[in-house]
Amino acid sequence: MILTGAEIVVETLIEQGCKTVFGYPGGQVINLYDALYTRSDRIQHILTAHEQGAAHAADGYARASGEVGVVIATSGPGATNLVTGIATAYLDSVPMVAITGNVPNSLIGKDSFQEVDITGVTLPITKHNFLVKSVDRLADTIREAFKIAKSGRPGPVLVDIPKDVQIASYPYQACPVVEKKMPKKAKGDKLSRAAQMIAEAQKPYIYFGGGAVSADISKEITELADKIDAPIGCTMMGLSAVPVSHPRYLGMEGMHGHYASSVSQDEADLIITIGARFSDRATGNVSKYARKAKIIHIDADGAELNKNVSVELGIECDVKDALQRLISLADHQEHPEWMARIAELKAEEQIQFEKVTAKDRITPYALIQETAKHTQADTPIVTDVGQHQMWVAQYYPFQNSRTFISSGGLGTMGFGLGAAIGAAKATGKRTVLFTGDGSFGMNLNELATVSAENIPVVIIIMNNHVLGMVRQWQTLFFQKHYSNTDLHERKTDFVKLADAFGIRGYRIQNLSELSDVIQKAFLENTPALIDCAIYEDEFVLPMLPPGGCIEDIITERSDQS
Amino acid sequence: MTERFVIAILVENQPGILTRVASMFNRRGFNIDSLTVSETETHEYSRITISLTGDDGICRQIIKQLKKLYNVKEVKVMDRQKSVFRELALIKLKNAPETRQEILSAVDIFRSKIVDFSPSTLCVEITGETSKIEAFIALVEPLGILEMCRTGVVAIERGCHYLNSDTSL
Repeated sequence: MILTGAEIVVETLIEQGCKTVFGYPGGQVINLYDALYTRSDRIQHILTAHEQGAAHAADGYARASGEVGVVIATSGPGATNLVTGIATAYLDSVPMVAITGNVPNSLIGKDSFQEVDITGVTLPITKHNFLVKSVDRLADTIREAFKIAKSGRPGPVLVDIPKDVQIASYPYQACPVVEKKMPKKAKGDKLSRAAQMIAEAQKPYIYFGGGAVSADISKEITELADKIDAPIGCTMMGLSAVPVSHPRYLGMEGMHGHYASSVSQDEADLIITIGARFSDRATGNVSKYARKAKIIHIDADGAELNKNVSVELGIECDVKDALQRLISLADHQEHPEWMARIAELKAEEQIQFEKVTAKDRITPYALIQETAKHTQADTPIVTDVGQHQMWVAQYYPFQNSRTFISSGGLGTMGFGLGAAIGAAKATGKRTVLFTGDGSFGMNLNELATVSAENIPVVIIIMNNHVLGMVRQWQTLFFQKHYSNTDLHERKTDFVKLADAFGIRGYRIQNLSELSDVIQKAFLENTPALIDCAIYEDEFVLPMLPPGGCIEDIITERSDQS
Repeated sequence: MTERFVIAILVENQPGILTRVASMFNRRGFNIDSLTVSETETHEYSRITISLTGDDGICRQIIKQLKKLYNVKEVKVMDRQKSVFRELALIKLKNAPETRQEILSAVDIFRSKIVDFSPSTLCVEITGETSKIEAFIALVEPLGILEMCRTGVVAIERGCHYLNSDTSL
């Protein structure tokens, strides 16, 4: 069948299993949008308010479903508007294909209208990118892009297509969905050595990251923990892979991690790390990180082994296969003393928590708990970036994997609303977005998309009228110089804003209103926004100061009594 | 321990590949001492030779990061003992009667050659291992180097070892 390049692009997307794309039209993708128009019965296009929102939506779609997210944008500003979204996906290893139009080949390099070298721009933030110069390479390049995006450690791939390539005709023949290339299987001797190290350990600690979510190894992690009698901790990116209610689960460790999780990692004599990369936010000062422990590091990406932390045993492999084999290799263990110590730490954590959590005002904790009464195990919980993100990471009772959707590596404020749209489209489920007034202000234009598509997202703004995370640092490390973090003068009325977009808006100002308003917002399966006032000096605790180690952990405020 | 490594990289012969390799070094904060790129025995591939200074850990990390690049086919550290290393330098020196003889004997001793001669300048071409070239430069520096350019190191393994794993006798 002879098709135009634009038609080939859309047919190849459909062929590769893509049901929904996010994007924004423009001069150099007008042919592509025509091909989408005539195929709208087979592929849905969601028009966002801004290309950045579309990129985050494709990212949220991929995180919630595990499928490749697809975003389309035009050349020049359309393409550069994707950059933050692509970088966000890159840092969190999210499979994504970004398709951009470009000026025709004959105009490339001439600073033509809306021309930008987007493959050059995105070089360091993509797994790979392509500039397709001729139509005969088009279908195979898109297939290759899907393959790269989902193989090994996933990540974003950009395909830039000049307009003349979209116009040119070429035979097209449908192909099967490309198989992802799995990382190689772990060598037997390495796994035997791991089993040996486990047998020698008295205080093992299992520690997983985002790699556990993408490799779908929730079951394997808890099985291994049960067999070798170890507690389980995770990075922020790992959240939701193991249910919060699991008795061995200690929660996230790191800068704002759970006390018991961070301290037990410091006291452990063996850390079994699975699909995590020892980011500075997770380790604090690396030279003082896990000084008493030997580390086994199991990861799909060999370049992560010994990159940030030196490890005793690094295994580059298909982590699911490796864990299954390790479970059968490892001997059954019991560590009653270690588990007693873990219980003690958890009790300490509870006391600290009670101490710092107010009862007489709307706390983030109360807000999150109240919300959780209206959500299900499979409800996608999306966040923006800042204090609210950490509170959700600390307190939300996650049950199913892939339900925590948050920008970890890049920490992209403004990620949330787009990502929530993507997550809701991917799952067909009501989605919750926790955001802050700062983050929400960055990309609130996507309310237009939520409204137009009737996306069932409940947006909960933890509104403290400040950029709370930076303010917290200013309080602790900058003598309360609140430089440019006070938003009181903005006077934004988020309820009126919701109304302007045709979305139900609610306000919570007192603790007494909390439960009723949340219930009301969840009553209908349509978009809703809740503007919830919280205290401007609420802290995220505990806190491991940047570059600090476990002795520096801050568990309560010392600047006020 | 910091030492000098020479890494040979076989890459697909496609536009932009040099940028991809160089960009990785830049982004990860690895310094390149020299870099050369050229055609190989197969039209499909180009060969990049990079020399750099660092410790073992850095070298291993660089190799792993290079292997992750999509268009990279092979990466190998060239073994000091089992490979031939060469670079070429063109050095333009002041041609003055009082230093000419000294230059000519240096050229002779280092088995290099004069490739250009004008009343006020002369140009020396020297090939060899980096250490030889550096020794020569140190020797002629006091005599007035006017201009200099170097190719950077290229390297090839001795005997039946090949960078391209598809190659065999």
